[in-house]
Amino acid sequence: MNAATTPLELARVGHAYFGRTVLDRIDLAVGSSEVVALVGPSGCGKSTLVHVAAGIVEPLRGSVRRGYGRHAMVFQEPRLLPWATARDNIAYPLRIAGMRRGERQACAEAAAARVSFDAADLGKYPVELSGGMRQRVAIARALAVEPDFLFFDEPFTALDVALKRRMQDLVIEAARAARFAALFVTHDLIEAARIAHRIVVLDANGNGIAGQRPLPGEPGLRDDRAVFETVQRFLREDPLFRHIHDVDERKLA
Amino acid sequence: MRGALDRLGRTGRFLWSAWSGLAALALLAALWQVGHEAYGDFILPTPLATLQAALDALSRPVTWDIALLTTGRALKGFVAAGLAGGAVGLAAGYSPATLRLARPLVTVLLGVPPIAWIVLAMIWFGSTDGTVAVTILVAASPVVFVGVAEGVMSRDRGLDAMARAFGAGGWKRLTTLSLRHVAAHLFPALVLALGSAFKVAVMAELLANVGGIGGELAKSRANLDVAGALAWVLIAVAALIAVEYGVVHPVRAEFERWRTAAQPWGVKR
Repeated sequence: MNAATTPLELARVGHAYFGRTVLDRIDLAVGSSEVVALVGPSGCGKSTLVHVAAGIVEPLRGSVRRGYGRHAMVFQEPRLLPWATARDNIAYPLRIAGMRRGERQACAEAAAARVSFDAADLGKYPVELSGGMRQRVAIARALAVEPDFLFFDEPFTALDVALKRRMQDLVIEAARAARFAALFVTHDLIEAARIAHRIVVLDANGNGIAGQRPLPGEPGLRDDRAVFETVQRFLREDPLFRHIHDVDERKLA
Repeated sequence: MRGALDRLGRTGRFLWSAWSGLAALALLAALWQVGHEAYGDFILPTPLATLQAALDALSRPVTWDIALLTTGRALKGFVAAGLAGGAVGLAAGYSPATLRLARPLVTVLLGVPPIAWIVLAMIWFGSTDGTVAVTILVAASPVVFVGVAEGVMSRDRGLDAMARAFGAGGWKRLTTLSLRHVAAHLFPALVLALGSAFKVAVMAELLANVGGIGGELAKSRANLDVAGALAWVLIAVAALIAVEYGVVHPVRAEFERWRTAAQPWGVKR
């Protein structure tokens, strides 16, 4: 991979909270227009890693090199401003960027249309929206800035199965249309196998990358049977995924 | 157009809610009437007589000047207390060290009775407006300080991280997130501060003998004029109500529209 075109490159990244090391010696690169799923057991530091990569947390060791223009992020919770309407929430990053009011409202409405958010609900406040609609707003907010890179931090964990699928399709569609690269943190292997080009498994103790597997085919073109069989093969035969469903409650931050 | 209609609707609802307020006041008047019938005219004149006395007083222009003088003093002190308490509260919310230093000072300020501050201020400033202003500042700013500091400390760190992920610097995060969150804690504190600003203003006027409603109350006391004293109390309360419902509540409603959206129908009307 050519360094000049690599949108995101993490080199020897390590981080600790109050002296307790949660991440160490992480090397990870994401290619252009590539969606990488980052999986690992609960509490292994996936969230911290994506926060470091997105620049919310400064890593203690190592370096993060960003070759893309603009990034956006979708969190596990929608993280909407309770006092702003759906429209203003979607437009919030544009407001930070200093865009004029009329212009950013138009951008927000276009972004809402891209995630099939009903225009009639744009004037509602987050309290008036259902969980799925709130997460839709959060995705629209991320798409509104027209990012070259998207960070997802377990965005659909709290949604029910049907809604989850719809949201995944939405992300797959958006990634195919806008050709952004993405780092998608999840602990759901089916989700990873549907959305990503490549699965990266983080070590159970956050001690480096345990390994990675390319996924056959293109996201969005894989049928359910292929996705299911891939995941079954990973879980039954591949030692890399042996600890993926281990849970260490003490480490859940 | 739709926004204007929405605003009109909210204003209408706000005005309509005055009926329940009026009902509460009528209840108070009824209790007052019971008191009058039990203790007689000298101790407690009837509410209607008091209202009549207040209206008579208000028909004289000099009454308006006196009421405006007190209102002006109270508002000056209120604004000073709001600015001082707000600024220090903001600093304390962001800096734990400042908070640790400020907390005991607030306790001291709250612990000293306002009457003691009036005495001190009279010695320092004499019988001037400064006495009233300083007393209000000392009495009202701790409430604002606590409200703002609590607001800043209880801000949603998740939203902060979200804004950071979208590239917001510290100043943008302060203006678009923290101040907005603080507003929710600020308004109840402002209502309290405004109430104590009026109370302290009248008290300081009475003791420092600098005119205003407090000065008139002092005269009523000297003349044993209970109806006059109650009429002045009525005027002071009316001035407070006018400021609170004319300024503070409309501004608050503008900031808290989302909260109304979350309320069930029965609470809203």
